[in-house]
Amino acid sequence: MKLLDVTNLNAWYGPNQVLFDLNFDLKVGGITTILGANGAGKTTTLRAVCQAVQTTGSITFIDKRIDGKATEDIVRVGIAHVPDGRGTFTALTVEENLKLGAYTRKDRHEVQVDLERMYSRFPRLKERFRQQAGTLSGGEQQMLAISRALMLRPRLLLLDEPSFGLAPLIVKEIFEIMRQINQEDQVSMLLVEQNAALALNLADHAYLLETGKVVLSGPAADIKADESIRRVYLGY
Amino acid sequence: MDSFLLQVTAGLANGGIYAAVGLALVMIHQATHHINFAQGEMATFSTFIAWAMIQAGVPYWLAFVATMVVSFVAGLLIQRIFLKPVEKAPILTNVIVFVGLLVIFNAFAGWIFEHTIKSFPSPFPVEGMFLAQYFSGHQIGSISVTLVVLLSVFCFFRFTPLGLAMRAAAFNPESARLVGIRVSWMLALGWGMAALIGAVAGMMIAPIVFLDPNMMAGILLYGFAAALLGGIDNPWGAVVGGVILGVLENILGAYVIGSDLKLTMALVLIVTILIFRPYGLFGKPIFSRV
Repeated sequence: MKLLDVTNLNAWYGPNQVLFDLNFDLKVGGITTILGANGAGKTTTLRAVCQAVQTTGSITFIDKRIDGKATEDIVRVGIAHVPDGRGTFTALTVEENLKLGAYTRKDRHEVQVDLERMYSRFPRLKERFRQQAGTLSGGEQQMLAISRALMLRPRLLLLDEPSFGLAPLIVKEIFEIMRQINQEDQVSMLLVEQNAALALNLADHAYLLETGKVVLSGPAADIKADESIRRVYLGY
Repeated sequence: MDSFLLQVTAGLANGGIYAAVGLALVMIHQATHHINFAQGEMATFSTFIAWAMIQAGVPYWLAFVATMVVSFVAGLLIQRIFLKPVEKAPILTNVIVFVGLLVIFNAFAGWIFEHTIKSFPSPFPVEGMFLAQYFSGHQIGSISVTLVVLLSVFCFFRFTPLGLAMRAAAFNPESARLVGIRVSWMLALGWGMAALIGAVAGMMIAPIVFLDPNMMAGILLYGFAAALLGGIDNPWGAVVGGVILGVLENILGAYVIGSDLKLTMALVLIVTILIFRPYGLFGKPIFSRV
């Protein structure tokens, strides 16, 4: 069953078209990755799903059209976004950041339960729950961003370059946690990454983007195994 | 000694009003990161509405509450009608709108209610409830009302999900949208609340300075100074700043600079703070790591 189905998606920044007739879909419970070089349109694809850019084409989430909704309402159907640059509320405390993730939820008691779960998954956030979020290290802020998104109890998590600017060891830790979240909480993920090797290890399906068009797609294992694709498109 | 204490207590009462105006400015600043230059004029207009109701025979406290409600709704509508269209425009465009609102409200107040100076009733007894030789009833009353307003605002921002959402929307609108906060409505709410606080300040100061369309012009300046002194994003700071300013103004006015230079002092203070301590006495500089 398809969780997200995108057909003929175009996107613009002002007069400049960035995405051209994109088609992709996402299975329930799966992790799909979108790979590509700088400027290929990876971040824009995520922003298009959230309707934070101007788009045409259809985006269907659990059999309902979501294109044309306001960004604030995309969250309400169960799509959480860990944006480019992490989107931390730097002036607020760690705990306030987490609570904001659950802003649209009404089940106050369950939110408290989830807060505790985030703290047990990321003990470092618990140590700092009263601290101004802007003072956290890059890795901690990435963990905070992921936890904030999970506080929504989303069906789908959009992740924009969670490895960006982080030390390899931290990246490994974060990707391991993402795998756990996917398996234990049944959260599907759409992952955008520049680090192709890392993404292909985590994902089960991959799309390759070049200047706003899908040039290749297939199971992550196949792409990883194909040396020519790796050389030409992924550079490793 | 006695006259000195009288200066201090009168300063405390005035300070309470400056604090309330400062608080209204901080409110809008927290919600939008803008300073609303029309804040004073809006407050004056609200006070005129209260005056008209009281003239028509409405009991004071009923008129007080009704004015608060009307001001809140008006603030909300002003944001929806005049500021929403320029939400994404550069800050200067917003400033022009603020100045426009200032002139509009001032002119309308003069046109509808005329420029003659009017006396505005105080709901508090003339005799103070305690320390009667130092505080008048109105001084104690207006200080208490200001404190109640401040406490409600503080609790709202600190302890309610909506207050948190408003702060989030102000700090990082982009991210706020991604967690589902309706940012534009948060701004409107901020405007409504600021208009309400301004109205309260207007109704508290009017018995002291009398009501006319330019009533708040000077007081707004003190409000600015109070908000800046305390730290523009710190509601407590605005109040402490207001009280310090009120007392300082009275003492300096009585013993050092004379009453002509009182307002100048507020301006000097604004400039000095902006140069040496732009985040005020209690505001905290925001740190962020990349």
